[in-house]
Amino acid sequence: MKTVEDLKKLKEKLQAQKLNHSDEGVQIIVGMGTCGIAAGAREVLKAVMDEITKRNLQQISVRQTGCIGMCEKEVLVDVVKPGEPRITYGRVTPDRVVQILVEHVVNGRIVEELVVGKIES
Amino acid sequence: MRDLSLHVLDLIQNSLEAGASWVHLEILLDSQADTLTIRISDNGRGMDEAMVKQVRDPFVTTRTTRRVGLGLPLVDMSASHCNGYLDIFSTPGQGTVITAVYQESHLDRPPLGDLTATIQTLVVTNPELDFQFDYRKNQRHFHLSTRELQQALDGVSFSQPEVLQWLNEYLRENLQEKEK
Repeated sequence: MKTVEDLKKLKEKLQAQKLNHSDEGVQIIVGMGTCGIAAGAREVLKAVMDEITKRNLQQISVRQTGCIGMCEKEVLVDVVKPGEPRITYGRVTPDRVVQILVEHVVNGRIVEELVVGKIES
Repeated sequence: MRDLSLHVLDLIQNSLEAGASWVHLEILLDSQADTLTIRISDNGRGMDEAMVKQVRDPFVTTRTTRRVGLGLPLVDMSASHCNGYLDIFSTPGQGTVITAVYQESHLDRPPLGDLTATIQTLVVTNPELDFQFDYRKNQRHFHLSTRELQQALDGVSFSQPEVLQWLNEYLRENLQEKEK
């Protein structure tokens, strides 16, 4: 049975491990408007969280945003690496987000075929 | 139609868009009364009387990117198809309470769905939000508070891999449902 006590022990372990506490992490932002949720944004986010756990990826911040208007391109996922421009991916699925995490976030190669342009507004 | 856990995720987005710093989610299953109740309370900017009257209309929305807002209309429709209702109570400047009641045994009642994924998503992607969750199934009661978890974590992020895993297992254990 998992308890909040386990969390406290985890905290101690993780705080001991942390060498540099830097806020300079990669941000992954998933669109969670009604359109996004209907298109499967929650499953995409779940895939991100599972991959973080599986690969033990550190310093990743996972966030959500509302509808930005490109509903037909949902699920939209933004990847922001410190010092780099924000890249918006469209029509993301749980499999594709794993590909994005591995190729772009871990290996630094933007996945060109999944990128969508930003709308001018 | 989508499952209820997705509607919950969707409606809480409304609270966040309204600037809420506190959201209380209650999911109550009462077998005797044969009801499933979902209540979302927030301290966002609220809606005035005129807006509350109109907001079930899919063509009424506060978002500027589209002229359609489906979140509340979809819940309104699904609840009323299940002998239930959607109640909207709001005070401008204070907050809003959305209550959706379904007849639990109704054939058209959408399944609860993957509540673990919804709660995990809400907790992880909104670290500044004071999120309170109460799940009651007859006598059983599970309570979660992000403040309490954050106190235990003392600065460690929810996005850390081991924390994500703990959260996932903690939620799955406590929300274990033999749902269709």
